[in-house]
Amino acid sequence: MALDADVLEQFIDQVKRLVTEKLVPNEERLVEDDDIPDEIVDDLKDLGFFGLSIPEEYGGLGLCLTDEAKIMMEFCQSSVAYRSRIGTNNGIGSQGLVIDGNEQQKQRYLPGLASGEMIASFALTEPGAGSDAASLTTSAVRDGDHYLLNGTKRFITNAPQADLFTVMARTDASTPGARGVSAFIVEADTPGITLGKKDKKMGQRGAHTSDVIFENCRIPATARIGDEGHGFKTAMKVLDRGRLHISAVCIGQAERLLKDSLNYAIERKQFGERIADFQLIQAMLADSRTEIYAARSMLLDATRRYDQAERVSEEASCCKMFASEMVGRIADRAVQIHGGAGYMADYAVERFYRDVRLFRIYEGTTQIQQLVIAKSMIRSAENS
Amino acid sequence: MKILVCIKRVVDYNVRIRVKPDGGGVVTDGVKMSMNPFDEIAVEEALRIKEAGNADEIIVVSIGAKQVQEQLRTALAMGADRGIHVETTENIQPLTASRMLLNIAQSEGVDLVLLGKQAIDDDNNQTGQMLAALWDRPQATFASGLSFDGGKATTIREVDAGLEVLEVDLPAVVTVDLRLNEPRYVKLPDMMKAKKKTIDVKTLADLGVEAAPGVSSLGVRPPEGRQAGKKVETVEELVKELQARGLVND
Ligand SMILES: Cc1cc2nc3c(=O)[nH]c(=O)nc-3n(C[C@H](O)[C@H](O)[C@H](O)COP(=O)(O)OP(=O)(O)OC[C@H]3O[C@@H](n4cnc5c(N)ncnc54)[C@H](O)[C@@H]3O)c2cc1C
Repeated sequence: MALDADVLEQFIDQVKRLVTEKLVPNEERLVEDDDIPDEIVDDLKDLGFFGLSIPEEYGGLGLCLTDEAKIMMEFCQSSVAYRSRIGTNNGIGSQGLVIDGNEQQKQRYLPGLASGEMIASFALTEPGAGSDAASLTTSAVRDGDHYLLNGTKRFITNAPQADLFTVMARTDASTPGARGVSAFIVEADTPGITLGKKDKKMGQRGAHTSDVIFENCRIPATARIGDEGHGFKTAMKVLDRGRLHISAVCIGQAERLLKDSLNYAIERKQFGERIADFQLIQAMLADSRTEIYAARSMLLDATRRYDQAERVSEEASCCKMFASEMVGRIADRAVQIHGGAGYMADYAVERFYRDVRLFRIYEGTTQIQQLVIAKSMIRSAENS
Repeated sequence: MKILVCIKRVVDYNVRIRVKPDGGGVVTDGVKMSMNPFDEIAVEEALRIKEAGNADEIIVVSIGAKQVQEQLRTALAMGADRGIHVETTENIQPLTASRMLLNIAQSEGVDLVLLGKQAIDDDNNQTGQMLAALWDRPQATFASGLSFDGGKATTIREVDAGLEVLEVDLPAVVTVDLRLNEPRYVKLPDMMKAKKKTIDVKTLADLGVEAAPGVSSLGVRPPEGRQAGKKVETVEELVKELQARGLVND
């Protein structure tokens, strides 16, 4: 549901306050501890951040995507590890249930996810199945009223914190590709689940991924979301929303990088002048401002259509590709504007430069987005 | 107990203030406005008093143009029960404001009036004190701690010599300082609920007060730009430099 403009503005004010008073001042601590301070997690819970996209009847805020995107563009002007903690509960960790879960599953899990008492992870990627996710081999074999899960999932965000996993597994070994895959909601304390050790990543300290290994993990048949063989259909339905959400995250990060760069350019003097007065620096600032504006305009157009129930798969891929590549360029310029200081860990841009690299890889690499966009164009042309 | 909290709409504390070219005040067009931060602390304190079971109603009041209702809505979203908007576009100075607040405090029969110690725009630090005088009730200013027992309030004040503890009989006026509390974040569902709470609109005439400013401002100037500092090589040089300027004794 769309919020009244004045309420949204008021809420965004609160988000800005959280960013300036709590999130930014704790960024270095976040990196040092490799964890989000508890009191900040509590603030995020209080403000409803774990349930932005979960319907109100299950305790969430039930925001429309446009409002969610506007909120994320503010929220993500701080370290993106904060976003990572809330990301899976709002994204596919919960949306599979929201869209295709039955009432019993929703009642059981959504309120805990919305409040942040429970953390959900989404387990799709495997050692042998990344971009080609439909080739996954984790198996779910029916055994009376149960399924037996076997297989390994890789790079699973929030796995070390997770209480729940949305697991994509092959229920029909004889059907290759997407049609043999089903989605399951699996409680993390189920026997037969072990976690690999935390991955050592390039950036985003404070956010964690690890392998999740299923060995004869016995789950009730009622844990299946939707029908057998519909797992990918469920995933596809939430993909557009996820890609648009990530675009908003990229724009928030870009805003922060540009703000830091502009402040630095105004303060730093060389050749007796502020470096901001050099036209070559100005070009970098102007290019960055323009690209952010373009990404923001694209995003808000796509979210508006999404909220009007238009199909936006092509646009969602356009936004995700442009915004993630855009923030990469802006991070690169931010380091350049900072000069040697930009290469030093004392400045946030060094950290952000590494943090934002991920956006071009997960939720579909840039190349996969290109394929989606082009195939969609070709399909439309063929059908017209 | 019934609490009245007075809030003022001011330029947001994050905004870099610019003086109007004609020296007639500061630029407020297109500038982000917020609740005076000290008033936000006053609202928060009122909520905590109510949550502790020591109050049953919190009324928030603000004086100014239509837009002050935004700040009243914020206070209502934080948890205040109802609002009063004294609508005026006139220049309202502390004495006038305190006359209006007196009228409201008396007609509402409140037991406690909470205000920020000062508003960050004019930094007058007068309204609470003037209200207490007009009302002929005790005042405790710059409170950094506040508790209640029977018909009395005990406040802790941060003064140069340390912490002063003051007990006042209710009804009383208390102005609050920065370290009293940290205002809560407002939740979205509470913002929506706040839209349904009532704000009564009153005019100066309703309160029997005229704007009649008693102080006129002659002009506003931005502070001088800061001069470059001087670097010294040694401690001895520093001491000499300070002595030469009469900043430390020989
Ligand atoms: C920090 C992090 C967190 C993650 N979190 C999760 C999570 O929570 N849940 C989850 O399930 N997964 C998660 N992932 C996995 C992520 O979604 C995958 O890494 C991503 O989809 C890419 O798959 P891959 O790593 O196997 O790369 P590959 O698919 O092996 O790709 C390697 C390269 O080949 C290119 N390529 C592949 N196929 C094609 C093609 N057809 N045409 C052209 N180029 C192609 C790719 O674009 C890429 O450049 C996470 C990954 C990381 C790094």
